Amino acid sequence: MESVGSIIMYFIVALAMIVFSVMAVTTRKILRAATYLLFTLFAAAVVYFMLDYEFLGAVQIAVYAGGIVVLFVFAILLTSRPGDNTERLTSKSRILGGIAAVATLVIAGYALLSRCISFATKPAMEAPDMQTVGSTLMGTGAGQYLLPFEAVSVLLLACIIGGVVVARKR
Amino acid sequence: MEITAIYYLIPALVMFCCGVYGFITRKNMIAMLISLELMLNAVDINFVVFNRFLFPEQMEGMFFTLFAIAIAAAETALAIAIIINIFRAAKNIDVRSLNEMKF
Amino acid sequence: MDVTIPILILAIPLFMFVFLGLLGMKMTHKLAGILGTAGMGTVMVLAYTTAFTYFFSGAPEFINAAGERLQYVVFDQTWLAFTQNLVIKLGFLLDPISAMMLVVITTISFMVHLYSLGYMRDHHGVYEHGFQRFYAFLSLFSFSMLGLVVATNIFQMYIFWELVGASSYLLIGFYYTKPSAVSASKKAFIVTRFADLGFLIGILVLSYYGGTFNFTDLTSVPADGIANVYQVSEGTAASIRDLIASNPAPTFLGGSVLTWALVLIFMGGMGKSAMMPLHIWLPDAMEGPTPVSALIHAATMVVAGVYLVARLFPLYLMEETALVIITVVGALTAFYAAMVACTQIDIKRVLAFSTISQIAFMMVSLGVARPEIHHGLGYMASMFHLFTHAMFKALLFLGAGALIHAIGSNDYTAMHGLRKHMPITHITFLIGCLAIAGIIPFSGFFSKDEILSSCMGYDWVAYLWMSMVAGLTAFYMFRLYFLIFWWKEHKVPEGHHAPHDQPWTMSLPLIILAVVSCVSGFIPFGKLVSWNGHPYDFMAHFDWGVAAVSLVVALAGIGLAAKMYMHENTLPEKFRNAVPALWDWCHHRFYWDELYMFITHKIIFNSICRPLAWFDRHIIDGTMDSFATVTNKASDAIKPLQSGQIQMYVWWYLIGALALGAVTVICLI
Repeated sequence: MESVGSIIMYFIVALAMIVFSVMAVTTRKILRAATYLLFTLFAAAVVYFMLDYEFLGAVQIAVYAGGIVVLFVFAILLTSRPGDNTERLTSKSRILGGIAAVATLVIAGYALLSRCISFATKPAMEAPDMQTVGSTLMGTGAGQYLLPFEAVSVLLLACIIGGVVVARKR
Repeated sequence: MEITAIYYLIPALVMFCCGVYGFITRKNMIAMLISLELMLNAVDINFVVFNRFLFPEQMEGMFFTLFAIAIAAAETALAIAIIINIFRAAKNIDVRSLNEMKF
Repeated sequence: MDVTIPILILAIPLFMFVFLGLLGMKMTHKLAGILGTAGMGTVMVLAYTTAFTYFFSGAPEFINAAGERLQYVVFDQTWLAFTQNLVIKLGFLLDPISAMMLVVITTISFMVHLYSLGYMRDHHGVYEHGFQRFYAFLSLFSFSMLGLVVATNIFQMYIFWELVGASSYLLIGFYYTKPSAVSASKKAFIVTRFADLGFLIGILVLSYYGGTFNFTDLTSVPADGIANVYQVSEGTAASIRDLIASNPAPTFLGGSVLTWALVLIFMGGMGKSAMMPLHIWLPDAMEGPTPVSALIHAATMVVAGVYLVARLFPLYLMEETALVIITVVGALTAFYAAMVACTQIDIKRVLAFSTISQIAFMMVSLGVARPEIHHGLGYMASMFHLFTHAMFKALLFLGAGALIHAIGSNDYTAMHGLRKHMPITHITFLIGCLAIAGIIPFSGFFSKDEILSSCMGYDWVAYLWMSMVAGLTAFYMFRLYFLIFWWKEHKVPEGHHAPHDQPWTMSLPLIILAVVSCVSGFIPFGKLVSWNGHPYDFMAHFDWGVAAVSLVVALAGIGLAAKMYMHENTLPEKFRNAVPALWDWCHHRFYWDELYMFITHKIIFNSICRPLAWFDRHIIDGTMDSFATVTNKASDAIKPLQSGQIQMYVWWYLIGALALGAVTVICLI
């Protein structure tokens, strides 16, 4: 049995997540869409906190909110004038998108409801402290992640170089 | 009232469907990229939720999400570099006008 | 015996072929010709060494204590091992006939190489186009022919058999810009290929039921004490016959398995040796350069059929039917070719038909050979005639080549009265004619006399028939001789040089071959070659009666020819008008070619090929075309799906993924 506060918190977060994602894909101002995305990402971060993964929540805020959304904003400012509205959607593309979205919702929702409804309540868990996270990330034993970590670092490096090469003025 | 896994999964699913809708309907490539981020995030939440509710003593889901965030950052940076380059070449970033690759 | 020399005998011509074929164009004509000739000369020396060692060294692997010649397998290398039993080997078998053939082939081939140095150029000394290619092909032919005669098994023989066919094809079509040469080469290849089909079936039947390809297993027993040495034995052939007869094998058209196998193998020999009715390619093969005709189509390749029968002779002895077929085919061919030769005007055609006739003599001789008739004299006579015929027929062809080279035409009508202009050619040609006519003491007399003795021992009808052919031989050869060298004075056309004798490269082979034709009759051939290796002294069995009769017949033929053709007169015209039908039939070679044309064009092409062509064009091609059309239409129809709109691609992808998801949900949950 959860506390009333956390239940209220959950509803706020869930509502924010749904509302902001819907707004992010329907608003006609592209800068606003980026802002709604930011809010959705915050909501996701709150979910991580609620599930006791504080480190993950922090990363979500730092990388997504602090990095990716800023990139988006820069790109938007570079490629469109402020105040531009995107064109109205044609009904055809709206219907196609609607069909795809609703079909996804129905099929995946049916699968979730028929299978995952039976999951028990949240089991007790010690929030993983930084030492555990650090040693798992840097360890080489079973269930530890040094190799993927290094692979990701190489990927990021490649990405930096690639970004420079692709975007530079010729 | 108990908050079980399904309470987290349904909002994530809604988020994913919003991403799908946006990806298919949006013309602006940056907007499409935003929709893509929504889908990615919804999947991340799923990983964390299943990790937390089914295997609380392990941390695979969490780390998977961690790496996914890193890769998403890399992917976004590269995609935006490409978009900017396209903008330079074609003076717009409307995906429907970029159909040189059709038959 | 050391394996080096036998390997070199095969390797040098092969190397010369590859070397001249690949690098010939990089060197001068003269160098290529001299290299080819030198290579062949080396091979000739090596072959002489081998043959001399075989015949005269008296080593125990060549001759046993009883004085019988043995078969010695110098080496026998497994080449293709398909299964436990089906193993194909390549080897080198040394026995009397292969040693003799080594001598014949390398001698003639060397002479032809030397002769071609002079022949394959015009009067200003300019070499012909493709001179190097000519020498490369000559080397290829020599290699193939040598490989054929030393084969240790029937499959190796078949391989080299096809190789000589291929090199013959290449050399007949040497002037490939001349349509008649191209069609002649195709004709030769197709006709002999057709015959080889029978040969191959015969090989397969024989080896399937007999269980072996090896000649030594088919006809010989291992000799005591020494490895790789075998002795020809009737017992082995009989046991092979019994082995085949012990199978519950079917008979076909009344013939047993062995009969059919041997007759089919003989069919291959008929094709290569131009026996009726598969003879039609040989006269046309004269389209090739004359030295080629001398080497391939007179002396060596065309006797491969005779050699084949001789090689399997102990097996043929087991089947009376096969031998009778050989005799009949040979006798008919000999007469037919001699008749045709009497009316041809192209001197190479006359020689071609004479070749057919003489090979038929050898075939008859093999067909009538029996151990009980003069101890198998026929076999020895056949091989002897093969030897002498190779020499004098090569001489005649090379002489004809010299005439053609000097005159520039194949027709005797352009020649006449050349004896004063070309004395060397005249004398050597006369020697060749005397030899083939069978005048003592030239070589043809001895070999032909033995053939006739053998026929006499077999059956008097065969003897009379072959004596008549021998008379015809003397007649047509001297008809040719008189028409070329006598008849009337030679008229030199305006603006031409008078014809003269040839350079020494061409004269020397003529003289050498003429000398050989004079003396080779005195070789004690029976002591060297006989069907079972047992020495046979034919001078002791010499039948003076037969000799006298054949001499009289030959002289009668010569006399008739001299009467009709020595000086210009109207006798030939009268004779021709007296029997116009006969003359027409002979002149048109009894219409064999027309018969073939009728069968192939009118019957086979119309009734089989046309429907097949229609089927191919409309059904096979039509099916393929409709595949293409359907594919085209289908891709046109689905082309719009590739709209270039990435969102539509995503949409379709998503629908597909959802469909899979829906199936999963419905089936699993």
